[in-house]
Amino acid sequence: MSSELIRQDDVTIRFAGDSGDGMQLTGTQFTDTTAKVGNDLATFPDFPSEIRAPAGTRAGVSGYQIHFSSSDIYTPGDAPDVLVAMNPAALIINYKDLKPGGIVLVNTGSFTEKDLEKADLKSNPLTDGTLSGFRVIEEDINQRTVEALEGTGLGKKDVLRCKNFYTLGMMYWLFSRPLEPTLEWLQMKFKNKPELAEANSRALKAGYNHGELLRLFQGRYDVPKVDDAPAGTYRNIMGNHALALGLVAGAELAGLKAFLGSYPITPATDILQYMSELKNYDVITCQMEDEIAGICTAIGASFAGRLGMTTTSGPGLALKTEALGLAVITELPLVCVDVQRAGPSTGLPTKVEQADLLQSIFGRNSEAPLPVLACACPADAFDCAVEACRIAVEYMTPVILLSDNYIANGAEPWKLPALEELPRFKVEFVTDPEGYWPYRRDAKLARGWAKPGTPGLMHRIGGLEKDAKTGNVSHDPDNHQLMVETRLQKVMNIRDSIPTPEYFGPPDPDLLVVGWGSPYGAIRSSVEALQRDGKRIGRIHLRHVYPLPHGLAGIFASAKRIVVPELNMGQLARLLTSELPQFKFESIHKVQGKPFFAPELKVHFHRILEETA
Amino acid sequence: MSDVQQLKPKDFKSDQEMRWCPGCGDYSVINGVQAVLADIGVAKENVVMVSGIGCSSRFPYYMDTYGFHGIHGRANAIATGVKVANPELQVWVITGDGDGLSIGGNHMIHSLRRNVDMKIILFNNQIYGLTKGQYSPTSPQGLKTKTTPYGSVDAPFNPVQLALGAGATFVARTMDVQPKHLKEVLAAAAAHKGSAFVEVWQNCVIFNDGAFKGWTEKAVRDELTVNLEAGKPMVYGKDQAKGLKVQDMTVKVVPAAEATVWDPTVASAAPAFLMSQLDNDPAMPRPFGVLRTVAAPTLDELVADQVGAVTGKRGPGTLKDLLYTPDCWQVD
Repeated sequence: MSSELIRQDDVTIRFAGDSGDGMQLTGTQFTDTTAKVGNDLATFPDFPSEIRAPAGTRAGVSGYQIHFSSSDIYTPGDAPDVLVAMNPAALIINYKDLKPGGIVLVNTGSFTEKDLEKADLKSNPLTDGTLSGFRVIEEDINQRTVEALEGTGLGKKDVLRCKNFYTLGMMYWLFSRPLEPTLEWLQMKFKNKPELAEANSRALKAGYNHGELLRLFQGRYDVPKVDDAPAGTYRNIMGNHALALGLVAGAELAGLKAFLGSYPITPATDILQYMSELKNYDVITCQMEDEIAGICTAIGASFAGRLGMTTTSGPGLALKTEALGLAVITELPLVCVDVQRAGPSTGLPTKVEQADLLQSIFGRNSEAPLPVLACACPADAFDCAVEACRIAVEYMTPVILLSDNYIANGAEPWKLPALEELPRFKVEFVTDPEGYWPYRRDAKLARGWAKPGTPGLMHRIGGLEKDAKTGNVSHDPDNHQLMVETRLQKVMNIRDSIPTPEYFGPPDPDLLVVGWGSPYGAIRSSVEALQRDGKRIGRIHLRHVYPLPHGLAGIFASAKRIVVPELNMGQLARLLTSELPQFKFESIHKVQGKPFFAPELKVHFHRILEETA
Repeated sequence: MSDVQQLKPKDFKSDQEMRWCPGCGDYSVINGVQAVLADIGVAKENVVMVSGIGCSSRFPYYMDTYGFHGIHGRANAIATGVKVANPELQVWVITGDGDGLSIGGNHMIHSLRRNVDMKIILFNNQIYGLTKGQYSPTSPQGLKTKTTPYGSVDAPFNPVQLALGAGATFVARTMDVQPKHLKEVLAAAAAHKGSAFVEVWQNCVIFNDGAFKGWTEKAVRDELTVNLEAGKPMVYGKDQAKGLKVQDMTVKVVPAAEATVWDPTVASAAPAFLMSQLDNDPAMPRPFGVLRTVAAPTLDELVADQVGAVTGKRGPGTLKDLLYTPDCWQVD
C-alpha cells in the first residue's frame, strides 16, 4: 500500500510547533526541495513576535504553510491538506483550518499531561473527539528521533533538536521529495560541526524510512512538476531577499553604487542583512543608531553621488517622515522601502497589513509629494525595487516602495530576468559649470545632479525653500508657490513613464476588482476561478499607487461595479474616490493580521455578482 | 582647476549676504573656518559643509563650497552619509548646543564613537536663538529664559565631557572672542583624521548676551581660563605665573614652574576628563585648547577597507553573479 503513488496536483501543508521546534527551518527546507522538484509554490510563515514565548503555550506557536502545485499558483493556499502538529498548542490553534478529511500528523511525544496543561487544554484532543473527521497519524517523534540517533554521543537536548528533521523526512516520504537537497544543505550549514550535520542527516533519513517501512500513511502522494512553466532559469526567492537583490541591481542599472542606511525593524531587517553580505557589489550598508539616522545617512550619500536607500516598517517610516520631506525639497534620489506590518504603533509586528498606504502618500508636513509603488509578490519585489531606483534617479525624487510581511517572508519560484532585458537608466551627473544652477530642470522637471568633488559646481541645498532659478534661499511668496507646484508636477510627470495596468477579464465586466500589493495572489486566484465559472468579472493590479497611472478611467468606465480588497480600512478605495470621483469604489477590508484567502474573496465577489445580475 | 592656485579666505565666501545679528559670535567662527581652509589649501569643490537647524546652521549658505542645510539635529547623520559615500571629501558639521546636544544628541554621540572623519563645530551659546530665547541643554541652572521664567532647574551638559564620554578622538574648546586661538584650534581639528569635536563659546548678543563674559572678558580671562598646549606646561594667570599640576587624580594650582606638561595624545581620556572637570570649580580656570587628540581608524576608511577586502576575496560582483546563483534550476 505504501508504494502506491496517488497523483495530486495541488497540496497545502502547514508545519506547526513551538517557536523553538524549528518549524520555519523545516518549512524552508521543504520549500527549497519542492522548488527544485519543479513545482510552483507559495509559502506563508506565521510566527509570534516573541523570539521564545513560554514553551508549549499557544502564544509560542510558530507555523509555516506551503502550497505547491503542478500548475501555476498565486497564494500559499487556503485550507491545508496536511497539518503537522508538534505539540498540543500547535494542534489546537491550527486544526480548524484543515480541509475536511485532511491529514493530521501529531507528535505524541509532546502530549503529556503537562504539555496539555501548557496549551490550556482540559482534555486530550487526540482522544476527546476533537479530531473526528480528520485522518490522524499519531507518532512519538521524540522517541523515534532518540532511537534514530542512538550512539551518536549527542546529549538528549541536542538529539531532540533534530526532531524537526525527522518530521521533515516523513513529509518528504509522503510527498515523494528527494532527500539530497536537504542533505547537501546540512553539510554546508554544519561545515564546522560535522556531528550535527550527521545527526540531522540521520534523523531526516530515519523519518523518511519510517514512512516507507511502517506504512503510516494510507498512500503516498506525487505532485508532478509544472509542465507548462515558461522555459528559463528559476530560483526560489523570498520577498525581502528579492528586494535586496532589486535594490543592488537597481543601483547598478543606474550606473551608481548603492548605499543603505538602515535600522533593524521587523519585518524589514532581512533586507539590511542580505545587502550587508553583498559588499563585493560595491554596496555600503550602515546600521545606524536609529531610523532617522538611517534615512539621513542615505540622503547624505545621495548628495555625495551614491544611490541612497533606507529600509523600514511602518513605525520606522513614521520616524523618517521629516527626512523624507527633506529629500523631497532637496530633490535627491532616495529609495525608502516600507515592509508593512499590522499597527498602529507597535501593533502586531510579525503580522501582515497594508495600512501604511496613506501614510506613504500623504504623511508628511506640508506639500511633499513623492511617488509610491507596491510589490505584489516575492518575485515582483525585484522588479519593483528596480523600478523604484529608476524613478528615483530619473525624477530626482525620494520613492517609497511598499512591501508587507506576507511578501517579505513568503517564498515562490522566480523566473530570472534575462540580463539584457533589464531596464538601463544610467545617471549622467552634471559636470559642466556653464549655465549650471542647482534647480535647473530637464523636460521632465527633474533637476540636475551635481555631486561634491565636481569643480565649479559648488552649491548649497537644504530644507529651506530655494529660489527656482538661483537655488539660493528664498522667502518670496510667488517663488514658493512656483516651487510647490513644480515639485508636484514633477511627481505627476512620472505617469508619462509608467504603463496603464493591464486589464484581465471579459469586456464590460459586471465586477472589476482593483488590487494593489500582496492581495494580488488571492485576487487573481479567486477572480480566475469565477471567470472559469463564466462570471463577468475582471481585475487590474496597481503597481504604481501614486501617482496613479494614466488610463484608469477608461477601464473603470467599462465596469458595472468596482471593488477594492485591501488589508486596511479602505485606503486605496479612499484614494481612488478622491482622484476619480466620478466612480464608486466599494471596499473590502480585512485587518486581522492575516492575508486574504482566495475562497473568502470569492464569496465576496460572488455576492456582488449576484446582486448585479 | 582650483587646486593649482592659492586660495584666500575670501575665496570661500559665497555670494550670499550673511544674516546673523550684528555682533553675533558666528561671524568670528566663519572667518576662522575660511582662513583655515585657505591655509590648508583644500580645493573648494572637495569641501562639504553640513548643518542642522539653528542660527549657526545657516553657515553652509555663506560658504562657496558644497553645502547641505539639513533638518534639526540630523547634521551628523547626513554628514556621515556624505563622508562614507565619498571619503575623498572634507566634511564639516556645523551645529549648536540645541541642534547637536538636544534634538541631535543621539547622532552626536554615535558619530563620535564611530570616529567618522569629519570636523564638528559646536556653537555653544547656551540658548535657543532662532526660536527666540529658550533654555538649551547647556544653559546653566537658574538661567531665566522665556520657558524658564523662574529659572532653569535642568542640570546642563558639559559638551566636551559628553564628547570625551562618547569616545571622541579629538576634543577641543575655543571661544569666539579670541580669533587667533579659534583659528589654531580649527586648524588642529582640520588636520585631525577622525571625528574632531570643537566646542566654541559663542556669544548670542540678543538672547543670552554675556553668557561667557565672566570668563572671556579681558579683565578676567587670564585668571579664569587656561590654554592647554601640547608639550607645554599648563600655566595661566597674569604674567603666566600660575600653573596647574595633576596629582592624585586632582588638579592643583601651583607656581608656574611646577606645572604639569600637557599631553592630549595619551591613550587614556582620563587627563582630558579631569581637566574638563575644572568647569565645575569656580576657583579654577576653565580649560581651552585641544583636550584630546588620538589616532584611531575612521569609520569611512574601515567601511571602504571592508568593501575592498570582500571584493578582493570574492571578486567584483556582476548582475549575473547576483541573480544566477548555484541554487537556480532550469526549466526547458
